[in-house]
Amino acid sequence: MIKDKARKPIYLDYSSTTPIDARVAEKMIPFITEHFGNPASRSHSFGWTAEEAVEEARDEVAKLVNADPREIVWTSGATESNNLAIKGASHFYSTKGKHILTVATEHKCVIDSFRELEREGYTATYLEPEPNGLVDLEKFKKAIRPDTVLASVMFVNNEIGVIQDIEALGNVCREQKVIFHVDAAQATGKVDIDLEKLPVDLMSFSAHKTYGPKGIGALYVRRKPRIRIEAQMHGGGHERGMRSGTLATHQIVGMGEAFRIARIEMQLENERIRKLRDKLLHGLQDMEEVYVNGDLKHRIAHNLNISFNYVEGESLIMAVKDIAVSSGSACTSASLEPSYVLRALGRSDELAHSSIRFSIGRFTTEADVDFTIQLLKEKIYKLRELSPLWDMFKDGIDISKVEWAAH
Amino acid sequence: MAYSDKVLDHYENPRNVGTLDKDDPHVGTGMVGAPACGDVMKLQIKVSDDGVIEDAKFKTYGCGSAIASSSLVTEWLKGKTLDQASEIKNSAIAEELALPPVKIHCSVLAEDAIKSAIADLKSKQGKLN
Repeated sequence: MIKDKARKPIYLDYSSTTPIDARVAEKMIPFITEHFGNPASRSHSFGWTAEEAVEEARDEVAKLVNADPREIVWTSGATESNNLAIKGASHFYSTKGKHILTVATEHKCVIDSFRELEREGYTATYLEPEPNGLVDLEKFKKAIRPDTVLASVMFVNNEIGVIQDIEALGNVCREQKVIFHVDAAQATGKVDIDLEKLPVDLMSFSAHKTYGPKGIGALYVRRKPRIRIEAQMHGGGHERGMRSGTLATHQIVGMGEAFRIARIEMQLENERIRKLRDKLLHGLQDMEEVYVNGDLKHRIAHNLNISFNYVEGESLIMAVKDIAVSSGSACTSASLEPSYVLRALGRSDELAHSSIRFSIGRFTTEADVDFTIQLLKEKIYKLRELSPLWDMFKDGIDISKVEWAAH
Repeated sequence: MAYSDKVLDHYENPRNVGTLDKDDPHVGTGMVGAPACGDVMKLQIKVSDDGVIEDAKFKTYGCGSAIASSSLVTEWLKGKTLDQASEIKNSAIAEELALPPVKIHCSVLAEDAIKSAIADLKSKQGKLN
């Protein structure tokens, strides 16, 4: 009954992207057709209508994170926001020093922005997190040097869903006069963000992780105390000179509506999602030799990242094609290395390879979760029946002590 | 990742999964590969007194192609003499399953497993004689 090729896989990959909420799509459409004006056009009503919509959306984005709308800069997404924040602030304040600090488990676009700055002559530290994925405050403190100009830590990890203590890390940065950037692409609508309280200077947002459209994001740039960044995109001086380029009104309207819905519904939604996640966790934890990757307590309700020991990653992916999930296995990516995030937690290659990230969202049902538990149990059982390593484990043999002939 | 229909068939319905008594003097066991490399194959053959393979069983930890390669050789081994079995080449396995170049090592491993099982049987029987 699980083999029904006609059915679409069940979508459990909301951390990768989300569908646009129908209410969001509906609000976007008039701005593609009738209200097509350029929000920068000051001389006619087409421009004014578009500008009004853009500013309304800016208010909504600011409201979700309790910021001033004048602190919100539109970008093409979190990747651009992260690039703009990290490179823009490091460049602007380079007279202070050329050391930058981040965490080994950050998103690739943060890591790669750091690598780019290293090529320009900056020195970078990539702090290893604890085995539960969280940053140790003392180690963070120790990693800051007199010449540290900027630190960047993500709010919520995209692979394991752990939530960093942004307030504590930000306070350390304030004391040391280090600019603090936070990638919050995976956090909006999932954790409360209050930028009045949080000591954060720059924060990146994405629309499409929160039921908005792809291709639009924002960067929060604090006004008090004022943070300056060097623009990466030069042109008409849009967005107070920080990011030139004609604003994509329909995308911006979509992001505003998506963030408005998130603000109103997140509390109830997260409760519902947490119940589904816990059900999934309990269903899968029945099995032997399953390991949750990352801290369970400091984690968003939406994420479950689990390794199934003694099952090879690629065969696992073949087995679960009826659900749409991500894997830490190299086989799902262009590189041959298993997930660098799981490796940074100290997971072995084998466990990293046999990991699956389930991410639950707005449209996940209890039936989806029931199906997933049953599918996983059936397939893991089957693959372990096939696995000589499972037999050895059952016979009490320590596989790490066996002398294997490498090939 | 495109798998051939034959790989999918062996993966979905693996033949001859199981274990033979490794202490039986008529049984040869081969275990090749390493967990760190992502493939471990265990192949067992049971041979009659006149040197014909009566039964073959396997267990494999590995990708779909590794599972398919080992499943396929258990089918091929049954009824063959040890000499015929040792002539099975990895290229024949790769061809039968239409393995892409990145998966050729799975067929190599299957050939190694056959050789290892035969060697185990011969060393056991040598000790008996």
